[in-house]
Amino acid sequence: MRKLALNDEILLSVQQPARYIGGEVNMAVKDPKKVATKFVLAFPDLYEIGMSHLGIQILYDMFNGRDDVYCERVYSPWFDMDKLLREKNIPLFALESQDPVKNFDFLGITLQYEMCYTNVLQILDLSRIPLHAEDRTEDDPIVIGGGPCAYNPEPLAPFFDIFYIGEGETVYGQLFDAYKANKSRGGSRKEFLEAAARIPGLYIPAFYDVTYNSDGTIADFRPNNPCAPEKVTKELVVHMDDAWYIEKPLVPFIKVTQDRVVLEIQRGCIRGCRFCQAGNIYRPLREHSLEYLKNYAVKMLKSTGHEEISLSSLSSSDYSKLPELIDFLLDEVKGKGINISLPSLRIDAFSLDVMSKVQDVKKSSLTFAPEAGSQRLRDVINKGLTEEAILNGARDAFLGGWSRVKLYFMLGQPTETEEDMKGIAYLSEKVAETFYDLPVEQRQKRVQIVASSSFFVPKPFTPFQWAKQCTKEEFLRRAWLVRDTFQEMKNARSLKYNYHEADLSVLEGVLARGDRRVAPVIEEAYRRGALFDSWGENFDNDRWMAAFDACGVDPDFYTVRDRDLDEKLPWDFIDAGVSKEFLKREWKKATEGTVTPNCRQGCAGCGARVFGGGVCFEDKN
Amino acid sequence: MKIRIKFRKQGIMKFIGHLDIMRYFQKAMRRADVDICYSGGFSPHQIMSFAAPLGVGLLSNGEYLDIEVNSAESSAEMVRRLNAVMSEGMEVLSYRRLDDSAKSAMSLVAAADYVLAFRPGKEPEDIEAFFAALSEFYAQPQIPVMKKTKSGEKEMDLRPLIYRMERVWAVPDEERPAAVSDCVGVSERPSPLAAATGPVRIVPGMTAPSGKELPVIVSGAVNEPSDAVFLQVCTGSTDNVKPELVMNALYDFMGLELAPFTFQAEREEVYADLGGSGEGSRNLVPLETLGEDIE
Repeated sequence: MRKLALNDEILLSVQQPARYIGGEVNMAVKDPKKVATKFVLAFPDLYEIGMSHLGIQILYDMFNGRDDVYCERVYSPWFDMDKLLREKNIPLFALESQDPVKNFDFLGITLQYEMCYTNVLQILDLSRIPLHAEDRTEDDPIVIGGGPCAYNPEPLAPFFDIFYIGEGETVYGQLFDAYKANKSRGGSRKEFLEAAARIPGLYIPAFYDVTYNSDGTIADFRPNNPCAPEKVTKELVVHMDDAWYIEKPLVPFIKVTQDRVVLEIQRGCIRGCRFCQAGNIYRPLREHSLEYLKNYAVKMLKSTGHEEISLSSLSSSDYSKLPELIDFLLDEVKGKGINISLPSLRIDAFSLDVMSKVQDVKKSSLTFAPEAGSQRLRDVINKGLTEEAILNGARDAFLGGWSRVKLYFMLGQPTETEEDMKGIAYLSEKVAETFYDLPVEQRQKRVQIVASSSFFVPKPFTPFQWAKQCTKEEFLRRAWLVRDTFQEMKNARSLKYNYHEADLSVLEGVLARGDRRVAPVIEEAYRRGALFDSWGENFDNDRWMAAFDACGVDPDFYTVRDRDLDEKLPWDFIDAGVSKEFLKREWKKATEGTVTPNCRQGCAGCGARVFGGGVCFEDKN
Repeated sequence: MKIRIKFRKQGIMKFIGHLDIMRYFQKAMRRADVDICYSGGFSPHQIMSFAAPLGVGLLSNGEYLDIEVNSAESSAEMVRRLNAVMSEGMEVLSYRRLDDSAKSAMSLVAAADYVLAFRPGKEPEDIEAFFAALSEFYAQPQIPVMKKTKSGEKEMDLRPLIYRMERVWAVPDEERPAAVSDCVGVSERPSPLAAATGPVRIVPGMTAPSGKELPVIVSGAVNEPSDAVFLQVCTGSTDNVKPELVMNALYDFMGLELAPFTFQAEREEVYADLGGSGEGSRNLVPLETLGEDIE
């Protein structure tokens, strides 16, 4: 039997002890003493969230594929456990061996969203690893960050030894080899970091210096170590079928957010929505082959026993072999009590037909993401979804028996006018009218339309990276205007409108486009008790504002300021594939309301073609 | 075809609650390619039911679930296949066919055996006095206790619901002191803490080989396993007696307060009652004996 780090009295006094015991189906079991390198992968959020993340599962499986590495996991202890670990003076431990995190060679922390940054500090703190990289000794693990937020790592720069920029499947092997080589020749931590700096895609923040102009903008950003390159180019998998994928995903004992097999059908997106960071940083679109997906779908269903399989991608309808894949899966799961879930499908005749086969029409709802209320604004953001397509899709769905519709919007995008805002209510009303215009015998009795709006947060490596963000007050003014417009609609009783928390979006804006001067604010907010900020009920804006005050940092500098196109941005040292020239062109076209065709309609010259694969070469094959 | 499965729930699995154990077995059926029957409709579910939920924190050597299958290979093969997909701590012990007319395990549950072992460091100072008090407690004609109900508390007599209550010896027969060996009925069951499945203790202030001062984790029963309490109690939907209710009553009787985490409880077996000849007489049989091995 495996030993546990915690005794029964502790485990039986917290919510969900299963978060801390490991032992799940398909867990990697190795003798920690017999491996050269011990790696612990951290997802800085609750177990139930972290266990649902595909990327962690891929890396976990891939690292454990090496005989000389034992990769384990750790998640953020919830408040009850956080308190007990501190009271009882127990260091944070990894789930597999239950060994203290501090005893590992590497601590890899995935950065999936900005609001987890205080949880990053919690993991370091509870592990008793110095928060600042500069204070770490030869005995401390190398702390490495990755994931989408690593595309602007600067607000976290002091806390990490290394950032991995891009997709994790490519250069970790080189990093482990370098670590082993350095260890065997008795090299120091610094020598190892210098070796790491020579590996493509790796950024060692301590090897760069930043200076600032009197107006607060960046004057200069340059390496202070000859091993560190001027530019760090993102890593990516060129041919998806060659990349590591999981045959035996972990199966948690308790219900987690994503309690199903996740089949990644493709990576990247052809659409080019101008607000979307994922659509830009994962360029170019790369598909898996049909045969590959069939093989993995069968293997993963068998090895997990999950009752559901979900296709994962940014826009599943764009997968070129989708009908064949769905036919295969329908056939495969027949009589086995397995559901197929198809998120991110464009609503059209094909998808409605498929959905009617895999779900209970009466119970399920349709989702549209118009993102903006008017065609004008949809052109600005390059969202290629027209009102006609939405209403036609809705009509077909209503005729097919659906009666619940979800509509997703964003408020506060560049150039937004009051007409655009009101358009959110108008469009929702038109969907309701489409329903009631149908003869009563051809549809359900009532329609329920739920429109939700989030607040726009400009992100690095998007054409909107220069955009001014709204203040909290302005966000709320817009949301209230939309809310009031909804109340004026004829079918108001069939419509519901929700909006997100404004102050959370403002803070996310600071962290997304922040620089190194934001780091002390994160640390101060953590010291003042900020934790699990992404969980609305735990978020305390006053605590954060007090932290900004205490550090003398003005959040407005990062959010509501107009940025000059020539300004040096904190993330400019990263080459994400999409060129700055392309982003500038797109920003200009946005302000003119000009759309850019998607990658399959015509190449917009974004720069990602240099990687030598994916959609850029589709018709050349 | 109706099937009854018996399994053990040991080690870390004691932290997994009943609903999650149900989900665990649903997935395990698919991993083991059990040809299980599904209900109809858009969200089909497996035909599966459990005998008696086991509380979080309890170990077990005798849990039961019933399923329905379209086809099955031999019991030995099905046990092998299920055990090949179990996680550490879960073990399938038997897979037996039931009559088509057989009642579900859930509706049959009548009694269960438990062994309650003192956790290391929680043993009574005078163990002989403890077991003497236990004998007296069990010898009472009535044991009134307050039981929590939906509408407050009501008094009930616990005594008729306790079928057996005995001392379990941690040491072999020949090493026992002669003077006490003929007190109330004696079981030969090993204490659950005698196996290396016990809890883990943290010993502060120890030094790791690297010279770093760290809390070092040592496993399990560092103390000698001590004698334990064996209980057979009425179980099921009408009068479900949890071992902790009996132990609380015992400590009340002794004029002591039962501190939490004094015992590690383990369920050993769950029974159906085939009924005896006289009024109130019982004929308890383990649930698995109602099925037959598939050759």
